[in-house]
Amino acid sequence: MPVKDPLSRVLYIDLTLKRFWVEDRRDLFDKYLGGTGVAVSLLREELPRGADPLSPDNVVVFSVGPFNGVYPMASKTVAVFKSPLNSNLGESHAGGRSSVAIRLAGYGAIVIKGASDAPVWVSIQDNRVQFRDARALWGVRSTHTVGRVLREVEGGHGFRSIMRIGRAGEKMVRYACVVVDTFRHFGRLGLGAVFGSKKLKALVVIGKHSIPVVDKPAYRRVYDKIFKSIMETPATRKYHELGTSENVLPLNALGALPTMNLKQARFNCAEEISGEHLAAKFLGRRVSCAHCPVACIHLAALREPYDREPYFYKTTFVPYDYEPIYSLGSMLGVCSTTGLLKLLDKVEALGLDAMSTGVALAWTTEAFERGLITENDTMGVKPTWGDYENYLKIIELLVDQPNEFYATLARGTEYAAKVYGGEDFALTYGGNEMPGYHTGPAAHLGFATGARHSHLDSAGYSYDQKTVGKTIKVEDMVDYLINEERWRQVLTSLVICLFARGIYTPQVVVEGFRPLGVELSESDLLRIGREIHLLKLKFKLDEGFNFSQLRFPKRIFETSTPHGRLDPSFMDTALKLYQSKIEEDLQKFSSAG
Amino acid sequence: MAKPRRLSVVDVDLCVGCMMCVFACSRRFGDGGVARSAIKVASIGGIERGFTVIVCRACPDPPCASVCPTDALNRRDGGGVVLNHRKCIGCGNCVKACPYGAVMWDEEANKPIVCMYCGYCAQYCPYGVIEIEEVKN
Ligand code: SF4
Ligand code: SF4
Repeated sequence: MPVKDPLSRVLYIDLTLKRFWVEDRRDLFDKYLGGTGVAVSLLREELPRGADPLSPDNVVVFSVGPFNGVYPMASKTVAVFKSPLNSNLGESHAGGRSSVAIRLAGYGAIVIKGASDAPVWVSIQDNRVQFRDARALWGVRSTHTVGRVLREVEGGHGFRSIMRIGRAGEKMVRYACVVVDTFRHFGRLGLGAVFGSKKLKALVVIGKHSIPVVDKPAYRRVYDKIFKSIMETPATRKYHELGTSENVLPLNALGALPTMNLKQARFNCAEEISGEHLAAKFLGRRVSCAHCPVACIHLAALREPYDREPYFYKTTFVPYDYEPIYSLGSMLGVCSTTGLLKLLDKVEALGLDAMSTGVALAWTTEAFERGLITENDTMGVKPTWGDYENYLKIIELLVDQPNEFYATLARGTEYAAKVYGGEDFALTYGGNEMPGYHTGPAAHLGFATGARHSHLDSAGYSYDQKTVGKTIKVEDMVDYLINEERWRQVLTSLVICLFARGIYTPQVVVEGFRPLGVELSESDLLRIGREIHLLKLKFKLDEGFNFSQLRFPKRIFETSTPHGRLDPSFMDTALKLYQSKIEEDLQKFSSAG
Repeated sequence: MAKPRRLSVVDVDLCVGCMMCVFACSRRFGDGGVARSAIKVASIGGIERGFTVIVCRACPDPPCASVCPTDALNRRDGGGVVLNHRKCIGCGNCVKACPYGAVMWDEEANKPIVCMYCGYCAQYCPYGVIEIEEVKN
């Protein structure tokens, strides 16, 4: 860990006792850098084995790393917790101003334990932590309003981060998210529901300190080198211009865009929901996370007339990215661009994970088509491909949970399919709803084996796209996924945005550490990456995860990928090989202490 | 002698709120973080409405200098002020006097921070929002 750096300070907050204290955990930061590595270690220490994710026993850890506040595009915060969606490791990353605020408030991690009896929000600035009465904010219709109120009452304008939940979190929908600084999210695996169970409405962090650097001229030199390569790489331009929504058309052309619950992998309305169309007709503003020059966050301006008042318009800014476009657009067969934007705005206002919500609605639609659920269950609403008005109603209902069906749907797609049937077309992996890539075997194997069951764990989609037209060797694919996931543990411990993975090569990371007074070699980094990966898997196994119980939804074998139809026995072999490699490695790891 | 310069906010609507300028200004002193930045970027009531870039605009008749009880802030040729650290007692009058809120505060040193018009930040602004310019007479 960098010398003279406040990074090793860990802030512990007990919501039950309304107490807080700081401990120096240099031991952990020396061993695992920060971010993911430190967060998972702290979770292992604090979480009672087998804890109920929605009980006061659950623990939330936010962590940043040595590069946050120091180098550009080190702009993410890692959150870990026990997930109420899959009852196992919950891990989610977000940007906005969160990482800079936490780091410059003088902390490397924040551990939140216990639960409050009445709604609170917690405000952190320097060494001061305040528990504030949030009863009046509980039940407020939109996360936008909550943000507006907190912006007014809190200080630190320009140097703060406001993380809050919406009604979905309060109602403990198991895939509720935490909205960060408007338009960024700890989206996946239900952190919002954990906040809700703790009666924690929001967390406000204000930080504007400096971070001491050992070799100042060298720091500026390395900084400039990184800055230059960010500005010169074509990826920066791509993320800035169209943003991640640039992927819609190429993935559609490739036949890898999951459509209508993956009955198809091409969408005839792809044009309407493409980054190009959104940019031309709706793009209103681009914004950036703190300390990132890319500005990939794209906001559409949705202009809607009021019914009763002529010439009176309401303009809403709606964030869009590839993933939510997939889940609430192509997956639901939504051809109307404004309809899609309304759906995106709805999940934003309620504080739901867009990906899980879309996949849950897609399953609902197909289950309805097949008669597994009826209008009795849906309370008269007919889920129909493309009918966004009805989807808007269903989203409200699954948050309010007025009957058995909606309460079940609020527990996630996998659970709902267990109750109502339709598991063959429930697109989930390890209890988490599937990301938007039907690119081939590596993507699906990655969703299954990745520690957070996310496309970002091991980027199988990228491997698939690079190997289109070639024969994939099982061994190569498995090795790629394992190695990629391990290197990513290093990046997310620093904590670098994964869009900068091309910039922060092992060599650049080594160079970046030097001015901070830290000597680490490339092989040290790879060793740490492996250890963090195994640490996460150990956590998962201890909490009941089992490779042999992983399943591939049958649907993925029915719809062709750019690599043709996937072969169940090939996937099974790959999964077994992955499992045996990990088990062997875990044994070595455990016997090495 | 070189003409006096000042930092100008050319087009604030281009600003994406990345804070690259804020980090650059503190890096003048070789550290990370933002504690010593003379420039600040904040949203105007939610980032969907855009940003405001707050920095000293080099007033020809600077109110901050008028209220300093120890004459620690001296008028600069071409507008704005230069801080004499030794004279400054950290009273904070200058902060209150600036209608733009452009006199920042270094919490770690308990002294004001005022832009010195070096232009370092502008080199890192990816979108041409801020530029250094010569002061027109
Ligand atoms: S011109 Fe120099 S002193 Fe002024 S804000 Fe920019 S970097 Fe800071
Ligand atoms: S660097 Fe430029 S775009 Fe970024 S916050 Fe500063 S003025 Fe705005």
